[in-house]
Amino acid sequence: MSVLAAIRGSSVNFPLFLHVLGAMLLVGTLLAVATALALSWRRQWTAAGLTRFGLLALPVGVVPAYILMRIGAQWTESREHLPQPVVDATWLGIGYLTADAGAVVILIAVVLALIGLRKLRSGGGTRLASAAGVLSVLLLATYVVTVWAMTTKPD
Amino acid sequence: MTLYDWLLFLHVLSAFVLVGALTALWGLVLSTRPSAPMLAAEEAMRFGRIAGPLVGVGTMGTLVFGIWLALDVDRYHIWDAWIVAALVLWAVAGGTGARAGKAFAVGGREAGVRLQAVNTVAVLAILVLMIWKPGA
Repeated sequence: MSVLAAIRGSSVNFPLFLHVLGAMLLVGTLLAVATALALSWRRQWTAAGLTRFGLLALPVGVVPAYILMRIGAQWTESREHLPQPVVDATWLGIGYLTADAGAVVILIAVVLALIGLRKLRSGGGTRLASAAGVLSVLLLATYVVTVWAMTTKPD
Repeated sequence: MTLYDWLLFLHVLSAFVLVGALTALWGLVLSTRPSAPMLAAEEAMRFGRIAGPLVGVGTMGTLVFGIWLALDVDRYHIWDAWIVAALVLWAVAGGTGARAGKAFAVGGREAGVRLQAVNTVAVLAILVLMIWKPGA
């Protein structure tokens, strides 16, 4: 399966580049969210700048990165003309599952972040920031598994 | 999982750590603009103390597992032009990344941003080489 996936036409390269870049930016922006919110949580949410930065990175950074990753994935698949055994392969299924379920979790985290940002102005929003931080860590862990599936390509 | 599977996974995971941490550091740069700082200096330092070393971990991981992969896989050789080019770019990225970290630590924001930009361009060029593999 790895060999099948390794043999690819040059027309796939650019869409694949966008997909991989989007995935890396997605991990990076989630890392920024998780780091900032964890640091703020450790200081009993007294670091308002870090909380705001962490929450703002969700709609401003995570969402565009996710869109780039997802468009790149679909474009890559449309160019590869994968044979049916590859289309049905577990690794591709894991990729779609984590991408689509991840979109729902990201959407929830973004809604929490936007409400949290509003509440921060009046001194609240820390529970929402906690929830958004936990979801970001969960997403990061899920994407490590996805990277494993996309690279090792289990049948 | 075979040795090849493990090496490829760890190589790609290291690349994700590298680009991910670089992305987080760019977020830090944007949020500490002198014209509209979102983070206090102390908050920025705490964040940088986590993201900065992760760039180093990712940089070393991509090199070690990348070279190991090139030695392990018959169809690639360490002297292939695209691998040599990636190693040169890796040296540029590593050197400028380390200097950027030092510049930011002593308050040299302008130099730090410039060096981090060179580092990022080199990392992106490596990603292009890894996907296109010219001459492979």
